[in-house]
Amino acid sequence: MLEIKGLHAGIEDKEILKGLNLQVKPGEVHAIMGPNGSGKSTLSSVIAGKEEYEVTKGHVIFDGEDLEELAAEERAHRGIFLSFQYPVEIPGVSVTNFIKTAINETRKSKGQEDMPANEMLKMIREKAELLEIDRKFLSRSLNEGFSGGEKKRNEIFQMAMLEPKLAILDETDSGLDIDALRIVSNGVNKLRNKDNAIIVITHYQRLLEYIVPDFVHVLHNGKIVKSGTKELALELEEKGYDWLKEEVKA
Amino acid sequence: MELKEKLLSSFIALENQVDIDSQVHDIRSEAIKNFEVMGFPSKKMEAWKYTSLNKVLKHDYSIFPKKEAALEFKDVKNYFLQDIDTYKIIFVDGKYSSHLSETTHDKIDVCLMSSALTHEKYKPVIDAYFNKVAVEDGMTSLNTAFSREGAYIHIPKHKLADKPIEIIHFSTSNEAAIMLQPRNLIVVDENAHVQIVERHQSLASHPVFTNSVTEIFVDKRAYVDYYKIQNDNEEASLVDNTFIEQQQESYCAVHTFSFGGDIIRNNLNFYQKGERIDSVLNGVTILEGKQHVDHNTLVNHIEPNCESHQDYKGIFDEKSTGVFNGKIIVEQEAQKTNAFQSNNNILLSDNATINSKPQLEIFADDVKCSHGCTIGQLDDAALFYMRSRGIAEKEARALLMYAFANNVLENVKIPQLKSRINKLIARKLGVSLGFDL
Repeated sequence: MLEIKGLHAGIEDKEILKGLNLQVKPGEVHAIMGPNGSGKSTLSSVIAGKEEYEVTKGHVIFDGEDLEELAAEERAHRGIFLSFQYPVEIPGVSVTNFIKTAINETRKSKGQEDMPANEMLKMIREKAELLEIDRKFLSRSLNEGFSGGEKKRNEIFQMAMLEPKLAILDETDSGLDIDALRIVSNGVNKLRNKDNAIIVITHYQRLLEYIVPDFVHVLHNGKIVKSGTKELALELEEKGYDWLKEEVKA
Repeated sequence: MELKEKLLSSFIALENQVDIDSQVHDIRSEAIKNFEVMGFPSKKMEAWKYTSLNKVLKHDYSIFPKKEAALEFKDVKNYFLQDIDTYKIIFVDGKYSSHLSETTHDKIDVCLMSSALTHEKYKPVIDAYFNKVAVEDGMTSLNTAFSREGAYIHIPKHKLADKPIEIIHFSTSNEAAIMLQPRNLIVVDENAHVQIVERHQSLASHPVFTNSVTEIFVDKRAYVDYYKIQNDNEEASLVDNTFIEQQQESYCAVHTFSFGGDIIRNNLNFYQKGERIDSVLNGVTILEGKQHVDHNTLVNHIEPNCESHQDYKGIFDEKSTGVFNGKIIVEQEAQKTNAFQSNNNILLSDNATINSKPQLEIFADDVKCSHGCTIGQLDDAALFYMRSRGIAEKEARALLMYAFANNVLENVKIPQLKSRINKLIARKLGVSLGFDL
């Protein structure tokens, strides 16, 4: 589904990713861990199509198509979803209106009619329930004045609505208390199936107790330096990242 | 001949058409003298520093249209509110159009200034209110001198206008260039209620210069909700002078939507002459090309315990320019005044300009006054966020602009008007959104 080959990318002449390789197949959950500044957020931004980031070498292939020439919205239309580490506040646009617009814009790009209002309503109700989101919450301005937990729940709610093929969860666990973490993870787990894939980007192992990955990769200095199964995450939790840095140097 | 000279000599022609022995004509004569002394405003005047009428004044305007233009309802129906019954006071090239209008004298008077100025029945109201709150500056004096036609609305004590009133001034290309000077008088008596929508619309591309004066008197506990739609074509300029006098516990809101025209100058003046008055001034301005809109507001807090709320939003693209000059005077007697003013702007292009200037003159010591002004650009982080959810760039930008203007739009209390304004904005931004905000 996703194939990243020898990816070099950066921002304003500063190279951050330095030859990254990654392959994700349908049905898989990959965790990408690494210390601050290792390039985790750059990777998610590059996949989602943030324009400030420039790919200097290598390819990001999604369902056989090179993403390089595609705008962020075109990537979204093909089924890529990024859950933001810091969701943006948009005063004046309600959660409901925003998600309606996002869904209908995606349908429009595929030559489909708008989703019928009753169908939309039913779906919103179902998915809101899944994330334990209150109805009143949906008429509030998007992310405005939301707590950290509410913002992240709202991100996963949108993911549930948009049903992406590939979801990238960028530090979804940061700023979450244990209840919110449980709700968000439950939501993500219920959305997992054999046709979609999830990349979980995290600093800590805690989230991976709830969203159990098939593979764990360690990102360091713009490259994946070690890959393994979920046990690798535990090892990292125990020993920190320093031993890996040493190992890479050696 | 210069426009000023032409107007002065036209006044003599006007005197052949009106009753010169009336009290109203004494007011006109006084006003033309005023105009003769003051003339048109120039950029040398502080209040006109950012707006020049020079290019507007150079056309050879017809002052009195010669023949009546035949306008069918079907040709102009798009300019009316849809799906809602309204009273209509419609003018074509400055002349009243009876077949496009729907007036009434049933409990309330929704009719014409020309009848109000000439019929005995209206004399008490005219004597009490005509030209009583309008100031004597050049433009207003000019309008007063030529005041003859416009909308006359009188809502007596405890009465409610049962449907909104639309005032529309159409201009056609019957004349090569035309100057219009509508004069409106709106008197809303104690505890009465009215909603009004006003619009100036040029139907052809020819120079139109409108110098409009509206006086609104809002008596005790009366309620006035007034909407101005300014979405005219590129050769139409407008100086809109509105003077509002409010009595105790009354409410008056003026919402100005400026989406098009050549040069637009809004002089909006509120005088609070009682206690516990609420005055609301809202505006949304969206411009492109070389359009220019100047909002010049005044709220004069004269008595204690009153409020005023000003909220103006502007979005400027290409080489358009905007001006916001908001003056608040709190007089010594006006203790416990709450006066709020905010002016927020987005510049979409490097060549767009906004001049924003709050002016607070406070002579009372126990008041709450706040003012804020922002000038910025669309938020890139928000744009990326929206695009990453599948909303294309153009729509994302439009949605952000909608959102920016939303708190003004949500104050529009006529749903059909709100959806009309939403559509106007969508068309202006070149998008179609599947919902009304």
